[in-house]
Amino acid sequence: MTVTVSMTVNGEVVSGEVEPRTLLVQFLRDQLRLTGTHIGCDTSQCGACVVHVDGVSVKSCTMLAVQAENAAITTIEGLADGERLHPMQEAFRENHGLQCGYCTPGMVMSAIDLVRDRPDITEDEIRKGIDGNLCRCTGYHNIVKSIKAGAQAMKG
Amino acid sequence: MYEFDYRRPNTLDEALEALRTAPDGKLLAGGQTLLPTLKQRLANPSDLIDLAHIQDLKGISVEGDTLVIGAMTRHAEVATSPDVRARIPALAELAGDIGDRQVRNRGTIGGSIANNDPAADYPAACLGLNATITTDRREIGADDFFTDLFETALVEDEVVVAVRFPVPVRAAYMKFKNPASRYAIVGVFVAQNSDGVRVAVTGAGASGVFRVPEMEAALAADFATGAIEGIAVPQDDLNSDIHASAEYRAHLVGVMARRAVAACG
Repeated sequence: MTVTVSMTVNGEVVSGEVEPRTLLVQFLRDQLRLTGTHIGCDTSQCGACVVHVDGVSVKSCTMLAVQAENAAITTIEGLADGERLHPMQEAFRENHGLQCGYCTPGMVMSAIDLVRDRPDITEDEIRKGIDGNLCRCTGYHNIVKSIKAGAQAMKG
Repeated sequence: MYEFDYRRPNTLDEALEALRTAPDGKLLAGGQTLLPTLKQRLANPSDLIDLAHIQDLKGISVEGDTLVIGAMTRHAEVATSPDVRARIPALAELAGDIGDRQVRNRGTIGGSIANNDPAADYPAACLGLNATITTDRREIGADDFFTDLFETALVEDEVVVAVRFPVPVRAAYMKFKNPASRYAIVGVFVAQNSDGVRVAVTGAGASGVFRVPEMEAALAADFATGAIEGIAVPQDDLNSDIHASAEYRAHLVGVMARRAVAACG
């Protein structure tokens, strides 16, 4: 049995037919073809699937699409303004905050939620704040550096 | 995930009706435990009844010397609430250290206590602060609510509405967490309440959260870390698993309890 879901994704109203057991990440990737949101684990631990739901960061693999009914979703695809990257995306590029890039969409979405209105967030706060996101190549150093720079850039 | 039907009640009565009529209904709160459980096919409910749209289950209020937190209040809201931070800062700190930021944006207090994971944080706060759990039909004291591993006093079709926390004189929670899951290997909540001291331990007990009467008596006489030095909890009743042996957990109970007393100031 399928049900209809409607939500706003990156500013556009979308709807689709889903089974109740469809995860939000599956709806985004498989139906809307927004494949920037990644699936890196099956246990809600890695954070590669983080999106914003009504302005806060959420693991889209641990939420059903039907739970997002009428919600406003932002995915990694919704951040850039045309060719101009979001300041946090730019900060990741500038500071080499990625290697393979798999965790990056989730990192960036978590980072934006974390530093909002906190331009002077400390390194400790960043490290604690991204403990729901795993990266298996950079060792986090440049990710933290990127987020610190992104926080400052978002101020302006 | 196995298939299920999804229900979205707007009132508590509708939720209770859905729960009664479903062949094997399960309540969906924040879903941060239930959905991973379903993904692994460890449960197979006929219906998921989503409580997210019931306004009466949400929010934080102050009633005299009692802080009332609605069952569907998210951990992030408890962690940042000015009312909680002003009255029971230890509870705000505890909520702000559950899981990770994304889990805290979805997970709820009602879901946590109804699940009664033996390594969850909120059960320690409920027991330590002598909270009362309000359901659709009655009030249950924390001492009677948490009955065993993943077991509570809730009956099959009962719904948690709110948790009522008496404001303590002082309190603190110290957690030694598993770095991967962030669940407590041992967590100790110490509270000096108007009617005595409570010491509640999560993460360690083979039957879930428990109190340590010897420490409570010692702290009631002298609220200082030295008062509980040397008080050991019996290892027989503690968990032993790949994360920590019962012996290590017993040691950690003492350490975390002393740190919590010290943090009370």
